[in-house]
Amino acid sequence: MRLFLTLLARNRLAVFGAAVLAFVVLVVLLAPLLPLADPDVTSTGDRFLRPLGGGPLLGTDHLGRDLLSRLVWGTRLSLAVGVAAAVLAGSIGAAIGVVAGYFGGSIDNVVMRGVDMLMAFPYILLALAIVAALGPGLMNALIAVAAVNVPFFARNIRGITVGIAHKEFVDAARLAGMGHGRILISEIVPNVLPVVVVAMSTTIGWMILETAGLSFLGLGSQPPQADLGSMLGEARAALITAPHTSVVPGVMILLIVMSINLLGDGVRDALDPRLRSGALSRPMAATLVDRAGVPEPKGAGLLSIEDLRTEFRVGPRRYKAVGGVSLSLAPGECVGLIGESGSGKSVTALSVMGLVASPPGVITGGAVRLEGEDLIGAPYGRLRSLRGDRVAYIFQDPLATLHPLYRVGDQLAEAIRVHHPVSRAEAGARAVKLLADVRIPNAEARARAFPHELSGGMRQRVGIAMALANEPEIIIADEPTTALDVTVQAQILSLLDDLRRKRGLAILFITHDFGVVGQLCDRVAVMYAGRIVEEGRTQEVLSAPAHPYTKRLIACVPELGGGRRRLEAIPGLPPAVDALPAGCAFAPRCAKADAACRAGEIALAGTGRKLRCLKPEVIA
Amino acid sequence: MTLALKTDGLAKTFPVGKPLFGPPKALVHAVRPTTLAVPQGETLGIVGESGCGKSTLARMLVGLLPPTSGRIEIEGRALDRADPAAFGRLIQYVFQDPVSSLNPRKTVRQILDVPLIRLHGMGKAARAARIAEIFDWVSLRPEFLDRYPHEFSGGQAQRIGIARALAASPRILILDEPVSALDVSVQAQVLNLLSDLKAELDLTYLFISHDLAVVEAVSDRIAVLYFGAVVESGPAEKVFAAPRHPYTRLLADSAPVVGRPLGGAAEGELPDPLNPPPGCAFAGRCPRATELCRRESPVLERIEGDQFAACHNPIPA
Repeated sequence: MRLFLTLLARNRLAVFGAAVLAFVVLVVLLAPLLPLADPDVTSTGDRFLRPLGGGPLLGTDHLGRDLLSRLVWGTRLSLAVGVAAAVLAGSIGAAIGVVAGYFGGSIDNVVMRGVDMLMAFPYILLALAIVAALGPGLMNALIAVAAVNVPFFARNIRGITVGIAHKEFVDAARLAGMGHGRILISEIVPNVLPVVVVAMSTTIGWMILETAGLSFLGLGSQPPQADLGSMLGEARAALITAPHTSVVPGVMILLIVMSINLLGDGVRDALDPRLRSGALSRPMAATLVDRAGVPEPKGAGLLSIEDLRTEFRVGPRRYKAVGGVSLSLAPGECVGLIGESGSGKSVTALSVMGLVASPPGVITGGAVRLEGEDLIGAPYGRLRSLRGDRVAYIFQDPLATLHPLYRVGDQLAEAIRVHHPVSRAEAGARAVKLLADVRIPNAEARARAFPHELSGGMRQRVGIAMALANEPEIIIADEPTTALDVTVQAQILSLLDDLRRKRGLAILFITHDFGVVGQLCDRVAVMYAGRIVEEGRTQEVLSAPAHPYTKRLIACVPELGGGRRRLEAIPGLPPAVDALPAGCAFAPRCAKADAACRAGEIALAGTGRKLRCLKPEVIA
Repeated sequence: MTLALKTDGLAKTFPVGKPLFGPPKALVHAVRPTTLAVPQGETLGIVGESGCGKSTLARMLVGLLPPTSGRIEIEGRALDRADPAAFGRLIQYVFQDPVSSLNPRKTVRQILDVPLIRLHGMGKAARAARIAEIFDWVSLRPEFLDRYPHEFSGGQAQRIGIARALAASPRILILDEPVSALDVSVQAQVLNLLSDLKAELDLTYLFISHDLAVVEAVSDRIAVLYFGAVVESGPAEKVFAAPRHPYTRLLADSAPVVGRPLGGAAEGELPDPLNPPPGCAFAGRCPRATELCRRESPVLERIEGDQFAACHNPIPA
């Protein structure tokens, strides 16, 4: 709740809306206590008195009634009707949406087609028809406005409910013996309620406008009762001679609707989970850099990452996702970066080309040198010309990285044309050749396919083809086979291996799978809590791990052919990266740790085979 | 030896492109008639790649999906009507994604209360005692009970998911990829917990996974699913060590193993489920396929001992 309020308070317009609205609501709530004249007492002798003219504060209308008093009482009525209509429409619409979305199938079909029919009528026509059938009057106008808005809520909430009804916890509730009614009330409704409330808060303004419209036409509140719409309607005849009678209610409508909409938008944004993570705006084109100094170049390799530090700044907290990683990549070499989730392996990879989302990500130290040129803090234009051209990425989920609305061949051609001034036809021909290079059968036809028409393995091949499009020297592959089946994974791994041997590609391969590293990589670096704890030639590290973490992690992984057995587990959990312990981050889970391990910084020592440990495993 | 779970010709067909009225445009056979038998106290591992029908099979076994045909027997009692509450007391489900299987707006205690109230009608005091007992089994601290699911790590959330399944006091647990979403160090903790619980509570497991090594490590018997049908079944130590069906061999050879060179991965993919080929579904990728395979579907037959395969040309031992 406090988080919600601080997020809301950051939005100045929402705060302004809230202040105006609070003032208006306070005044109208206190209306019976305020020293106001009776709003309905006429005095034809005092008609059309000007505001601030010595008489009533805001003047009088065509029957000599006190405008200020009518305004306050009218606003009170309009607000009440608007809120009531929103609550009515929201509850009925949400109920329809929840039922249609939960049951699905033919119930959904029938209900939603009915809702569609309601939506097909222009709303004012529908409202007029309802009022015509029920007769004029404020209550009937309220019903009409609510009825017209039911489809909006029903469609909105149905969409949300469909997503929730297929969540596993709903299945779990059924297995726990709950019936449909109970599931709807205790599992579905609490999860859609926030959406309903936000939708209501953003539509109250709209409801007030619509009710005012009906009253303006004489179908809402009946004389002498005042609401904002009827005040405008009555003032219409004197628009030229006594403009103040129209301006006063008009300004009030403007104030109310604007303040409600500003506040409603603010509430919606503050409840958006993406904003909760601290990212108030869209991520920037390149990661923010805030580093004190630049480390001296060590002059090794094609790509050299030197003491890289990346953190996420969320409010007062600093999550040190990458805490000083150094790694180098030679031409044609494949280096594995292995670690559990949250170990910082992906953030390391994304930091290389400044792809970590900012905010909240910030690179706070170190350098990434591509043939000696520091990429951290390089201008965006320079980064952009290198991205995809010399350093390309392959991501885990190709369905998320390919654009769903463009044919894969066109997407490949676009990637080529960004960096090379070639004709559309030539780029298309190259795209087909690339697809054939990644062993997609019938490449010509597949180039015209949309991403959803391809299987997971084929999509990942397209992802690889896109990475190869501009013949980069380095490919950074972030868990490219994790989402794939084993037989497809084997195909993709052997494809990557062939490509790197034929084209002399350097690959930084990020994974959590020792088997994959063992088959593909020349060297491997093991990460834990944002740091490399061990690095060396793959065969040496896997056959004789020196760091206790590496050793125990390898022991955790069952290997095919081992038969039925009990697995070695590492007790406890990795530390949170916003509260790293002093000394070795693995010490709390390590059986060999002593006071020295917990005391202070432990350096990554050694050349070739590197290790960050005071009590390494004995290598026989 | 009594059978805990038995299915007889269990099958599921989904209609595709069904209009509001009238027959569907096509049928997809997600699970072809499947006969399985799991003895009391054993673990049957089910492996297969995505789209092979393993989750559909699991959802039928717990009553979340009505089968198109076939029978399910649990401890000798037939349970054919898809009523999750009737199934719930005998057979429970542990979901793949530990976080999305817990309602974000309920505390752990509220989540665990539901099966105790709905399936066993327990009073407040009895529930508190039972929850404390179950929490102790899954080694979670009692203060977690009043927290919300988002406060837990994946491994802890999966323990809560297991606790909820155990709260129904079932005889059988269906474990649908229970460790796929977890890191390896946590995966081993959860697998060991499951093995302890099974011994302590005399449970029977159906362990579904795409990870061959994990299935091999926890199962007594393994059934390999391909394109909606069991293609091979046998004792865990034999199925991958000495596969008889060419698809099982392909799976075993594809698993990444340290020290084994890359390569030898056959190209090819699953057939189109809307337009399945006649004969064996694997024939298009199979190095041993003959004319017979492309014409006639093989049936699951005993090859040797208790190893079964659905293949016209099984790999010789």
